[in-house]
Amino acid sequence: MAVRLMQGNEVIGLGAIAAGCRFYAGYPITPSTEVAEILSRELPKIGGKFIQMEDEIASMAAIIGARVGGLKSMTATSGPGFSLMQENIGYAAMTEIPCVVVDVQRLGPSTGQPTAASQGDVMQARWGTHGDHPIIALSPTSVGQSFDLTLKAFDLSEKFRTPVILLTDEIIGHMREPVDLPDFKTIHPFDQQVIEPPQTYKAFRNSPGDVPPMAPFGVGYRYHITGLFHDEVGFPTQRLDEVDPWLERVNSKLDRHITEITLVKEDYEPGATIALLSYGCSARTARHALKLARARGQKVDMLTLFTIWPFPEKQVEALGERVGHIIVPEMNLGQLALEVERIVGRKKVRRVTRANGEMVTPQMVLDAMDIAMEAK
Amino acid sequence: MSDQHILDAATLKADEAALPSENWFERSETLVKLRKNKKFPTIWCSGCGIGIVMGALIRAIDHLGLDNNNVALVAGIGCTARMPVYMDFNTLHTTHGRALAFATGLKIARPDMKVIAIMGDGDALAIGGNHFIHAARRNLGITALVVNNSIYGMTGGQYSPTTPLGSKATTAPYGNVEPPFPVCQLAEAAGASYVARSTVYHALELDKFLAEAIAKDGFSVVEAVSYCHTTYGRLNRLGTAADMMRALKDNSISQTAFQALPPEAKAANTKIVRGNFVNIDRPQYTQSYANLITRVQAGVK
Repeated sequence: MAVRLMQGNEVIGLGAIAAGCRFYAGYPITPSTEVAEILSRELPKIGGKFIQMEDEIASMAAIIGARVGGLKSMTATSGPGFSLMQENIGYAAMTEIPCVVVDVQRLGPSTGQPTAASQGDVMQARWGTHGDHPIIALSPTSVGQSFDLTLKAFDLSEKFRTPVILLTDEIIGHMREPVDLPDFKTIHPFDQQVIEPPQTYKAFRNSPGDVPPMAPFGVGYRYHITGLFHDEVGFPTQRLDEVDPWLERVNSKLDRHITEITLVKEDYEPGATIALLSYGCSARTARHALKLARARGQKVDMLTLFTIWPFPEKQVEALGERVGHIIVPEMNLGQLALEVERIVGRKKVRRVTRANGEMVTPQMVLDAMDIAMEAK
Repeated sequence: MSDQHILDAATLKADEAALPSENWFERSETLVKLRKNKKFPTIWCSGCGIGIVMGALIRAIDHLGLDNNNVALVAGIGCTARMPVYMDFNTLHTTHGRALAFATGLKIARPDMKVIAIMGDGDALAIGGNHFIHAARRNLGITALVVNNSIYGMTGGQYSPTTPLGSKATTAPYGNVEPPFPVCQLAEAAGASYVARSTVYHALELDKFLAEAIAKDGFSVVEAVSYCHTTYGRLNRLGTAADMMRALKDNSISQTAFQALPPEAKAANTKIVRGNFVNIDRPQYTQSYANLITRVQAGVK
């Protein structure tokens, strides 16, 4: 296609269509509403369905219901709406129903600043629902990447039967950048194949290393889906010999495919003793600071995370072994930095935080670098 | 309570419909719709009315001759919401209050399927009240089966949006001060195409209403009035399950009989009115959306 000036949210809507999404349910909320507007316009053109639900709880429920009916599904929201969706995100994790949830982060808590950016939902994306469960969260740093990561979100969701959070923010969502989207016909999204006949099909088969495909309702595979702990065919169970294999399979299914799920960019220099680590809109600040620092002759590494959850432990650990200091700029009070500290230890990490709706500036990052270097 | 009381209740005759022959259970073809691989008995207390509603639902689906593959049962949380697991259809047991929201997505994805949302009174009208009125407003082609036992049974007897004024509950130890929702009027006002009510005593009437509701192309609501002798009955000294069943017979009146009452008797009526209150044709949501797709694809603005 041709280069066009497009908005992050707009591109997410188109990315969903390219990924095969044919159902969207949502509730209006700033700064995510454009995703709904685009899809209400585009989905009917290709036979897809759009519905504006009565709230975010219902939106999340509806996309799960539609995926049970066989349509790839998505919703988009922001802070308060994301909070409301948490219970049903947990349901999707428990029942292993693929779906994509776009969270265009805004300043919180509560109503906060609807039009101001934030990265305050990093931990909510991981632990917002109750109980232990696997989850994937991806975070784009540009408009173009919003498209690519939407595709990846759908593919990972289908492959691993898990909700995937596209953790973008008001800056990336509302920013306009020139993008050259590929011809959708050249995109081949992952589609589950159910090969087994209904007689032997088990929707939650606990074979080691397996993510069993999900048969949709209405095509001959009559089975039970429940948010209760369940056995291999979906019936509620409290038997430990049925619960434990489920726990083992589901809570390790992402670990077994971590290479495929993890997307990071390592921009490393030989001899660097300090590194920048960031994601989302703050990665743009970090990149700017990186350029300035290198221009003044400093040797600096930069690690950009596009996969936030599962946290790229291996890559962060390796970075911790390379350098003495890791600077983590982010638009919250240190949510991702907590994870970095968990991996490399508190002494190596310097947080650069801002949670007032304004971006972290490159100067704030440079200052933090100077302080870190002096501190050694 | 004497045992004779229980025996009396067990031999009651339906007042409006003939009982099926005694061995209908053994002869019934409809029982193939129960899941053979699911371990019975059910989780319900013995004497509970929910099983009767399940029987009525199975008979209604069987009467309509529907293919099991083409029927989806969606439920929320609570005693009633456990119903789908026992039946051999596509069954989705979701989160508390959200059955209709899940069912909305499923019905839109598969407009050809018969989607039945099965809820208790708390599930449908308290935590799920918002979804109930909006599903009705959209006239989405779903059947909402509301089993109304006036209480939260599973959690042990807390007052619900249909607990009568003054009744006791574990969270209303001094009597309930909140007036209850009239379920059928609420459904009608919100836009449902079909609304009917019967009780678990009038099981065959429930069969009929459920069959009509499922056949309806639009949002249909059947309120099945039941009872909870384990919690509500105990707290309010209403006796055994059989006593409460008898009370449903004694304290209900058919719509026809109600209409024949003189105005002052109508106004003073405190009995449960059983009948089909709404049966109208309105554009059904999935059809309206299909028309929209046709229009958009034809390039019409």
